[in-house]
Amino acid sequence: MQNKREQKKYRQYDQLVKRLTPGSNYLQGYVRAFWVGGLICVIGQLISIAGEEWLGMTDASASMLTSVVLIFLGTTLTGLGVYDDIGRYAGAGSIVPITGFANSIASPAIEFRREGLVLGVGAKLFAISGPVLVYGIVSSIAVGIIYWLAGRIF
Amino acid sequence: MRVGDMIGILVKAFVVGGLICCVGQTLLMFTRLSSARILVLFVVSGVVLTALGVYKPLVDFAGAGATVPLLGFGYSLASGAISAVQTEGFFGAFTGGIVRTAAGISAAVLFGFLNALIFKPHAKR
Repeated sequence: MQNKREQKKYRQYDQLVKRLTPGSNYLQGYVRAFWVGGLICVIGQLISIAGEEWLGMTDASASMLTSVVLIFLGTTLTGLGVYDDIGRYAGAGSIVPITGFANSIASPAIEFRREGLVLGVGAKLFAISGPVLVYGIVSSIAVGIIYWLAGRIF
Repeated sequence: MRVGDMIGILVKAFVVGGLICCVGQTLLMFTRLSSARILVLFVVSGVVLTALGVYKPLVDFAGAGATVPLLGFGYSLASGAISAVQTEGFFGAFTGGIVRTAAGISAAVLFGFLNALIFKPHAKR
């Protein structure tokens, strides 16, 4: 009798584990990251095409226009609290595009506003983007120097 | 630009950009990397892939699909540094990357700053 009740308990536990273990959740995560991230890139492409075709911009100007507009959208949606929702839905689809970089600047800046304009906003602006800039700039200088050395030697 | 060409360009941007985000999603789901570390990893990977000559063909193929993800920020940094070394010599390594990405960095600082002045913090849900 005791044994049967325990077996039933185990079965229920197994079912609970099956129900809560993320399996299809992985697929869902990929689908959401894919379509949201892809859509942000499409918006970027549309801005770039608009710059080149309508405003007669060069390639370089159009790509600057694209990043400036996307960053503006990223920071503004962060300020409105919408980007957090997008992030919860899309995961990396919201982190990896440049709008995610904008979000990483705008979000701590708003959050630490109460700590003042200098050490709050001014410093925390770079809480996450600072490391990104540090490692990006250092590695690009390294690449430039290696390229220069390679040009000298060969 | 013909409509057919434009649709082709947009589809390529969508697919490649989406796939790059799926790489990030893999890191997010299967590693314990925080989003800050993922951002750093993507920028540095972009620099390295550009230096190896791998990323430029992808940019030519997918346009914004390759430049809008953070890998593209690394691409701009590295390709800026390399082309400045070609035109200005050694110190191009120190100027090129930042010059190429200056608009984006300045925009992020400006809009991030204005944002903090205008908006109130949202309660974390």
